[in-house]
Amino acid sequence: MKKLCIVLVVLFASAFASAASNMLQVKGSDTMVNLGQAWAESYMETNPQDFISVTGGGSGTGLSALISGTCDIAMSSRDIKKKEIEFAGKKGIKPFEIKAALDGLAVVINPKNTVVKLTMDQLADIFTGKITNWKQLGGHDGKIVLLSREVNSGTHVYFKEHVLRKGNPAGTEEFAPSALMLSSSQAIADEVAGNADAIGYYGMGYISPKQKPVSVAKDANSEYIAPTIDNVVSGHYPISRPLYLYTKGEPTGLVKKFVDFILSKAGQEIVVATDFVPVSK
Amino acid sequence: MRKIKEFFIEKLILLCGLASIFFVGLIFIFLLKEGFQVLKTVSLGKFLFGSKWYPISEPAQLGILPLILGSLLVTLGAAVISIPIGVGSAIFIAEVAPAKLKEILKAGIELLAAIPSVVLGFIGMVTLVPWVKTLFHLPTGLTALSGSIMLAFMAMPTIVSIAEDALYSVPKSYKEGALALGATQWQAIWRVMLPAASSGILAAVMLGIGRVIGETMAVMMITGNAAVLPHSILQPVRTLTATIAAEMGEAVVGSEHYFALFAIGIVLFVISFGINVTADIFLHRRK
Repeated sequence: MKKLCIVLVVLFASAFASAASNMLQVKGSDTMVNLGQAWAESYMETNPQDFISVTGGGSGTGLSALISGTCDIAMSSRDIKKKEIEFAGKKGIKPFEIKAALDGLAVVINPKNTVVKLTMDQLADIFTGKITNWKQLGGHDGKIVLLSREVNSGTHVYFKEHVLRKGNPAGTEEFAPSALMLSSSQAIADEVAGNADAIGYYGMGYISPKQKPVSVAKDANSEYIAPTIDNVVSGHYPISRPLYLYTKGEPTGLVKKFVDFILSKAGQEIVVATDFVPVSK
Repeated sequence: MRKIKEFFIEKLILLCGLASIFFVGLIFIFLLKEGFQVLKTVSLGKFLFGSKWYPISEPAQLGILPLILGSLLVTLGAAVISIPIGVGSAIFIAEVAPAKLKEILKAGIELLAAIPSVVLGFIGMVTLVPWVKTLFHLPTGLTALSGSIMLAFMAMPTIVSIAEDALYSVPKSYKEGALALGATQWQAIWRVMLPAASSGILAAVMLGIGRVIGETMAVMMITGNAAVLPHSILQPVRTLTATIAAEMGEAVVGSEHYFALFAIGIVLFVISFGINVTADIFLHRRK
């Protein structure tokens, strides 16, 4: 019994000790989770005394964790919303925005699908449920299966605001109710790989030979552009977005050290290595 | 000395008993407190019977009818599959099976109960979902039916073990009497044993359904989570439980979305509570 008590006390002590100042919690965007992991691993190689844990869950999840005080850095693939800034203000937190990388959103279909290019208007009509069959797009006869991320995903919000609502802040377009809501980009990738009628969207980093990204044009008169790193850097690809980090106020101490590393040359090389696009400093 | 010890132990057990009631009370109060605040933004009718669930849009549309129907559809499907099979297994184990087979079957069913739901969900996702898709020529296999089949597996252990218990507790003389009067084995089971154990079997079914309606992880993985009003069991649906699980992380504490999720929690609580009370009533009737 005594022995057990001692063991428990030691365990508790060590649990509290590890929550010391050299620990960072990074949480949020599912799109950025691999990138965040790569940053953390590379940073910890050079700074073994610090410990950085990275978890996903969605941009909204990360931002609400930042507001609730359960993480130090929120990764987000969308802008912070007015409402979230208000909530943070109530808790005495001033979110500070850092642009850490760029990402192209790929619209993917099954390689068997004969469709190769779509305009932004067609995409909006597909995802709002106006176009329901691949026939209408010059493809095979099959009912389109829409795949979307859950509402906690920054990718979901970005896609809704910039593709469905075409960047119009007063827009009221919504994803068709029949859209399947999947909880991760990987789940969408798997469903697209196995379903010839499916169409989904996610960050460029998730594209593999099992899915086919479609080329996208701003309108019917413009050129169709494929989602590649070069096209995102040059700004030609129409569905690209910045990826943000949010901190509580201006970064200080360990948070600042980590953010500086991310924005350094080494950090931005990792961005390229994980199939994202570096921010030109 | 012994008396004092006795006294303390008695009081300690009393405390344990009260603690669980106390915690349930606290949980319930918290649920109500957070959930009812959703009524500031939507009326009760709009919330329960609205057909659009767009919680993060401006203005948010918080109608949970598709979610309620989704949950009920999946549960109904699971009940239709698991009740006949479950009660059938229970009859076989309690009345027909030889002793050796009985032991093997019981162990197997307990093993089924021990599989974590996330594992079942995962297995369902890679095996059952593609199978449903090709069998029914559907655009996608992520449907209410896939969820029902998987949940039937989860409800089965509960139904079998409690129904078997109920059959076992029927006095032996009933069956012997029936057989002595010239009834066949099957007539004795169908006309005597089943009616005598009926309240226990009903309770088993109710508890099995209760298990299904509260299931989250497996459902989230295989029903597709589309918040549509379901017209058939071969469509993707979104359940109440999956909605809470998928969206709770994102909802900012104190937002209307957050309150709406708690209100969904109340709806689920009411449904589960109803099922459990019904099961309880049947169980007591048998005593």
